[in-house]
Amino acid sequence: MAEANYPTDLLYHPEHDWARIDPADPQTATLGITWYAQDALGEVVFFDPPAVGTTLVKDEPYAEVESVKAVSDVLAPMSGEIVEVNGDLAADPGAINEDPYGGGWLVKIRLADSSERDALLDAAAYSATLGG
Amino acid sequence: MSAIAELPLQRDHATTIFQKGAPGRRAFMCPELDVPAVDPEQLLPERYRRVRPPRLPEVSEPEIVRHYVGISKRNFDLDSGFYPLGSCTMKHNPRLHERVAALPGHARLHPLQDPERAQGALELMWNLQGALAEISGLPHVSLQPSAGSHGELAGVLLTRAYHEDRGETRHKVLTPDTAHGTNPATVTMAGLEVVKVATNAAGGVDIEDLRAKADRDVACLMLTNPNTLGLFDPNITEIAEIVHGVGATLYYDGANLNAVMGISRPGDMGFDIVHFNLHKSFTQPHGGGGPGSGPIAVSDRIAPYLPVPVIVRDQDGAFDLDHEPEGAGSKSIGRLRGFQGNYGCFVRSYAYICSLGGDGLKDASEAAVLNANYLLARLRDKNAHSPVAEYLPLAYGELCMHEFVLSGGPMKRTLQIKTLDLAKRLLDFGFHPPTVYFPLLVEEALMVEPTETETKETLDAFAEAIGAILREAAEDPEIARQAPYTTPVRRLDEVHAAKHPVIRETLG
Amino acid sequence: MLAAIGVPSVDALFDRQIPEAVRLRRPLKLPAGRGEQEVFAHLGELAAKNVSAEDELSFLGAGMYDHYVPALIDMLMGRSEFLTPYTPYQPEISQGGLQVMFEYQTAISELTALPVANASVYEGPSAVAAAGYLAKLHNGAKRFVVSAGLHPHSIQTLRTQAHGYGMEVVEVPLTTGSAGDAPGAGGGVTDPDAWAGAIDGDTSAAIFAQPNFYGAVEDAEALSAAAKSAGQPVVVAQVDPITLGILAPPGECGVDVAVGEGQALGNRLDFGGPSFGLFAAREEYLRRMPGRIAGETTDVDGRRGFVLTLQTREQHIRREKATSNICTAQALNALAGVVYLTWLGRQGIVELGELLLARTHYAREQLAALDGVERLHEQPVVREFALRLDADVSAVRRRCAAQGVNPGADLQALTGREEDHGGLLVAITEQRSRADIDRLVEVLGEAVAAVRGGEDASGLSSRVESPRVESNEAQTVPA
Repeated sequence: MAEANYPTDLLYHPEHDWARIDPADPQTATLGITWYAQDALGEVVFFDPPAVGTTLVKDEPYAEVESVKAVSDVLAPMSGEIVEVNGDLAADPGAINEDPYGGGWLVKIRLADSSERDALLDAAAYSATLGG
Repeated sequence: MSAIAELPLQRDHATTIFQKGAPGRRAFMCPELDVPAVDPEQLLPERYRRVRPPRLPEVSEPEIVRHYVGISKRNFDLDSGFYPLGSCTMKHNPRLHERVAALPGHARLHPLQDPERAQGALELMWNLQGALAEISGLPHVSLQPSAGSHGELAGVLLTRAYHEDRGETRHKVLTPDTAHGTNPATVTMAGLEVVKVATNAAGGVDIEDLRAKADRDVACLMLTNPNTLGLFDPNITEIAEIVHGVGATLYYDGANLNAVMGISRPGDMGFDIVHFNLHKSFTQPHGGGGPGSGPIAVSDRIAPYLPVPVIVRDQDGAFDLDHEPEGAGSKSIGRLRGFQGNYGCFVRSYAYICSLGGDGLKDASEAAVLNANYLLARLRDKNAHSPVAEYLPLAYGELCMHEFVLSGGPMKRTLQIKTLDLAKRLLDFGFHPPTVYFPLLVEEALMVEPTETETKETLDAFAEAIGAILREAAEDPEIARQAPYTTPVRRLDEVHAAKHPVIRETLG
Repeated sequence: MLAAIGVPSVDALFDRQIPEAVRLRRPLKLPAGRGEQEVFAHLGELAAKNVSAEDELSFLGAGMYDHYVPALIDMLMGRSEFLTPYTPYQPEISQGGLQVMFEYQTAISELTALPVANASVYEGPSAVAAAGYLAKLHNGAKRFVVSAGLHPHSIQTLRTQAHGYGMEVVEVPLTTGSAGDAPGAGGGVTDPDAWAGAIDGDTSAAIFAQPNFYGAVEDAEALSAAAKSAGQPVVVAQVDPITLGILAPPGECGVDVAVGEGQALGNRLDFGGPSFGLFAAREEYLRRMPGRIAGETTDVDGRRGFVLTLQTREQHIRREKATSNICTAQALNALAGVVYLTWLGRQGIVELGELLLARTHYAREQLAALDGVERLHEQPVVREFALRLDADVSAVRRRCAAQGVNPGADLQALTGREEDHGGLLVAITEQRSRADIDRLVEVLGEAVAAVRGGEDASGLSSRVESPRVESNEAQTVPA
């Protein structure tokens, strides 16, 4: 994805992670990293997701995304238990760069406490943290 | 860019030794079996035996020579050209050192030879220790660590041992945000936690930030001085006071020692532990990535924890290796590796120190600093119609020590080429590029360390080349972006190598 | 130059940057520099005070061995293009070095029968410690279980490092046996019951040596299987690469990570270093492996080339999360290693192994037939073995030295174990012919008889315990 882009239907963590609460099932959310994060990393070469069933704790790292030059922790914007991981990323980690909010999703979780969403930023507030 | 005919080395495709040879070819002639033959099962029962031999090549000696000599020509090296790699101290490697290291008395000496029959080796190590003690200003030396990063691990383990011995458990190690990548990894391996200290506008340690973070949970502050920006921190005495004031130790990363030999000593600056890189200031050849050697020197209070074995000398002047200094109550952190350390490196560095002497080492540092400042001045000289100063400004300071850091930020924004592109284009000009993208604090960093063994003519030529590349980029940035053109291979797909690692030849 | 910089003198460069308080205002107390000829003479004088393998018939081993290094290795290691470059961070002009690393990795992978190998680490004992750290990162379990058959320096180095990150090291003893036991029994190998008993779900790594420090061939397959039954540790074997032409390789014995001292492959003794450490593993550990790795790729025009890869594992990018802090590899020593393996070749490594096997067996037979000398264990041995002398080992060794023979290493001095009292570790290389072995038998026989008979080591001054000089603070180099 060439241009910076922060969809308005997502919630953002200041450390460049996003969460999409499933409109059909508000107790589950999909997580990933933002355009800013993938741009800073450069071309992603490797992502090894944690196992289904792993517990995520808000603000704590749960996985790593690796590019040629750097590796970055991925932080959980909200707490929960992993119910699904994106298996397509093993063959195509570049999807994280090309489509960070769609095909580049990382994990889906069952939320522990949906009120944690109140601590997250909306697209406008998150963009503002990135500076001009 | 007009087409360039493929160069001979580019036409030569990479083939490994595993793709050469033919069944039955060989180089080694095994000595004859001169002892009575014994039933193989009695020698080594079948269940322990290897069934399929390793698929090593089958090649003759001429093939081996042609192959390795051939691929050596696909390497740039220090004997052939300028290597201004910041923090690497690529100074000339005198060949005398190879000659003395090859003397059988040194080269064929077994590490477990009895000390009384290895007195020459122990004397050499003792003398080298003494010289390093004098250069650093810290009296107790261990030559054991295998490289700089190993010496750092030793330093952090020593610090831990020192605190533990005083009944204190401390968890944190402070490092400046300009620190070399090895430092944080070392700290984690030693079971401690890294806390970063900010850099001030002048490029030195932010004293207020240091004060705020220096508490009794801090075991150590790890610094290099001059730092990775090539700047001597003028507040070093105050830094030492703050750190010692909370009972922590001060550790010196000797990567930049080349700037201060005979001029300023880490021991006098207040450091407790120093590590040296023999493969930097003391001209152990880099070998394409090792071997190196990372001895350490420490103050009196840290001495009891030094690794074993320790070299000792009795009143008659005889040397020995002591594996249990202070007997059973030894406070040593123990062994860091097998045997005594990289003796082959000690021989070379000792020969270097003998050749230069005290005055010569000081001359070396003076010339290193002079060369760096001269090159910096040439690069910033507006009178030379050079655009360098505008596009590659100095990141911090005015003068520098033995190295300096430029920022390629303006170049990137104005000329549309990055530090990486500049580096690749330099290869076409016959220079090894400086260190790139380090320290992380500087945008599009370019760290330049010429060393003292380069002539003024070389420095001038390098400055010319940088200027030429920038002028070229102003006309057509695409040239640098597609560089290099004249090297054995052109830009390589590192992403592919990381995504699909192939790290050995596949054999049939 | 000063004019260009804009300062009046070189001193001014320092005056303006270094506070006076830390300026050294006296010359360094080192002897004056000397010309090449004098330095060469001085280094030669020091060499002359050493008794090397050139000067005596040596059977010293215990991790480093006096193998023959072919002349082409000296030539290649001396070439500017291999000796003087830096680490290959600019791959376009470092294809020579990177290709050597790739070939070396291939050779080590073949030797160990494990799919992934790095471009070398420092040496043997620290490679064992690095394998321990890999296991810790992999499974976070609490302790290391190590066989007492591991090289003592490996155990000590592992303990030093493990203390750093707070892991316990538990040692499993070897079996004891007696002369005359059937081969396979007879002591000298890792006690299988104690091994299985020591390993559980909290074991991070289970580490043994093959052959072990006493020269005995272990049942590697059984040890690996037992470890995996008792827990889920990373199984690590410290191997002697020269034996891998004839011994079943670690990759075929259930081992996860193989490490070892590489000196025997084309490197000199050099009083213990520099050499290199080999490090190979199963595919699943690739991203946790320490050190440098060269990988294959193509350039923009489609040419085959090599680059340093998976560098995010290394210290300079991951920083706190690095798989190790190793910055330097041992590239030049690994070059010697791969050239040596190429020189030996597919046939040669097997033939050399068979020769060592036969000569080692012969040596042990002949020596054990001497009065006052017996085998420490009855296991098959490949290139080194332990004997027990019924006489003071130091005294016996001194008598042998006076005859120009170094019969091997004092075992107890190395292991510190009570049960190794009287132990002698004897190593055989292809440079020790039958005639050399016969000479050893003659000299050792005489020495043991003499010491048993009450004569002490005459002819050599005994080491008087002199008071020790405190430190070598500012020792001057002799003029």
